[in-house]
Amino acid sequence: MFEKTLMAGNIAIAEGAISAGCHAYFGYPITPQNEILEHMSKRMPEEGRVFVQTESEIAAINMVHGAAASGCRAMTTTSSPGFSLKQEGISYLAGANLPAVIVNVMRGGPGLGNIGGAQGDYFQATKGGGHGDYRVIVLAPATVQEMMDFTMLAFELADKYRNPTIVLPDGFLGQAIEPVTMRAPVTKLPEKPWAITGAVGRAKNIINSFAMEPINDQPRIELIRQKLERIRQDEVRFESINLDDAALVIVAYGSAFRSAMTAMQMAREEGLKVGIFRPITLFPFPIKPLSDLSRKVKRFLVAEMSFGQLIEDVRLSLGADAQVELVNQFGGVPMSADEILEAIEKIMK
Amino acid sequence: MAQLEYNELETILYQKPEALEEHPFHFCPGCGHGIALRLVAEIIDELEIRERAICVASIGCSVNSYEYFNFDGLESAHGRAPAVATAIKRCHPHLIPFTYQGDGDLAAIGTAEIVHACARGENITTIFINNAIYGMTGGQMAPTTLTGMYSTSTPAGRKPSLAGYPIRVCEMLSTLEGTAYISRVALHSPAAVRKAKQAIKLAFRTQLAGLGMSLVEVLSPCPTNWRVEPVKALEWLAENMLPYYPLGEYKVIDAVAALKKEDHHA
Repeated sequence: MFEKTLMAGNIAIAEGAISAGCHAYFGYPITPQNEILEHMSKRMPEEGRVFVQTESEIAAINMVHGAAASGCRAMTTTSSPGFSLKQEGISYLAGANLPAVIVNVMRGGPGLGNIGGAQGDYFQATKGGGHGDYRVIVLAPATVQEMMDFTMLAFELADKYRNPTIVLPDGFLGQAIEPVTMRAPVTKLPEKPWAITGAVGRAKNIINSFAMEPINDQPRIELIRQKLERIRQDEVRFESINLDDAALVIVAYGSAFRSAMTAMQMAREEGLKVGIFRPITLFPFPIKPLSDLSRKVKRFLVAEMSFGQLIEDVRLSLGADAQVELVNQFGGVPMSADEILEAIEKIMK
Repeated sequence: MAQLEYNELETILYQKPEALEEHPFHFCPGCGHGIALRLVAEIIDELEIRERAICVASIGCSVNSYEYFNFDGLESAHGRAPAVATAIKRCHPHLIPFTYQGDGDLAAIGTAEIVHACARGENITTIFINNAIYGMTGGQMAPTTLTGMYSTSTPAGRKPSLAGYPIRVCEMLSTLEGTAYISRVALHSPAAVRKAKQAIKLAFRTQLAGLGMSLVEVLSPCPTNWRVEPVKALEWLAENMLPYYPLGEYKVIDAVAALKKEDHHA
């Protein structure tokens, strides 16, 4: 029924959102994710849904707040500088226990940076990003198919936990064109009796993240803490490749993972026993699987497109006797398989 | 409407609107917020839209307004209420979202959101409380603080050379095509309060008729931060705010004028 079609990563995000029942999209132009905004400007009205090109990233995330509070699946998409501007709104969404999907197609930074792909927003996405105690679920796709599938999954997880969920590809994945199997539209959306939809035949609903007295605010914040514990327990996702005989494990996500796959194949052709551990949820980070792995394997190579952000979570997860090296690119420059292979050879030969 | 026990009365002249909660306001003595919130609640009762009304509160003394209303409401980040209300209206055209914002919220940190909601002609309503000061944070200079006026961050009085000039919001926003009804009212006398109610009601009727953005600026006393007694505050408002912020209608598109005419005939 659903045949494969060639599609760019950014379009796959847009179509994934539509299949997931996203009722409202709000966005502001920023490269390298403009295709999402442009595609949605055509597709959302076709579907009878809401599209607004906003005056700012700040307005976009706050429109998501309004749509989510009123019970609709809603999304905004951006790239790194815009992601910074959305942090205030993401904190308010998390504080008010609202489900929403935010896509950050990461580009080179800091500052204005450049429009190449990068992974420099790892900390900002996984450690909170905005003010206060909260975390958001972060999904890291590595193929165009996953751009679609993880966008759909993001809506599901956001509703399941009433928590903002981030899809975190990079600019290269946004532009990549690959075959994609279209997914069936989600037809049954969860009930949201808490939403502000007009107080008809019920007591009023209020959605906020505020209390005049700190002691009165604590139950709300405690619920957020408990929810994050459940997320840490139940939503860890990762992928293991060739770990059975591996003497060295590459840890990588997104575009860096794709280069790592090629590097692993090249290394294996040379007889080097290399495997890959790929975190799919960057939050919750797969701490235990990595920790378990480090009882068997002692050498790890983190491949990422930043100064070294993922590597901090990897180090925290591994045993003290694990050797952890970094191979990286940054600032919007793609990482080649050759660079990773070179690092592998340096460690193993 | 709530049942009264005073059966000996033949006609109910005044009672708590159904759209207001039972508990009291927590504002300082002489504050205008209580009057403004009550006016909104009365109008929501009169228009019979309590089950469709959504209060989009903002940050400042206005933050708790959803606590006083007896219908759905939410808080928005500082200045962002027009964006939040935009989404609610676009997603649920039958709902009646209105923002309730102070001057710091609307005319400083939230300038972009209100300007663009007006530019897009969003079919929402904004109640804009202008008391020329930051209330909840303790009396700092607002974008609407008058020239020469004392605040805790203009201890020698607001000097334009250092702090610029107060913004006239109605005049500015009425230049935008998307606005349908823009009016400035005040709360310094019973007659002014009655006029304020008429304006706020017309703003809601503008939204109900789907005519575009409606905004009512309400000049409101803040005795605590103006450091005057409540009655003096009303006099201070009349003497100092009215000359700089003239009352009146700044934008009434023809379709809204027709609504007003209907009202007049009724």
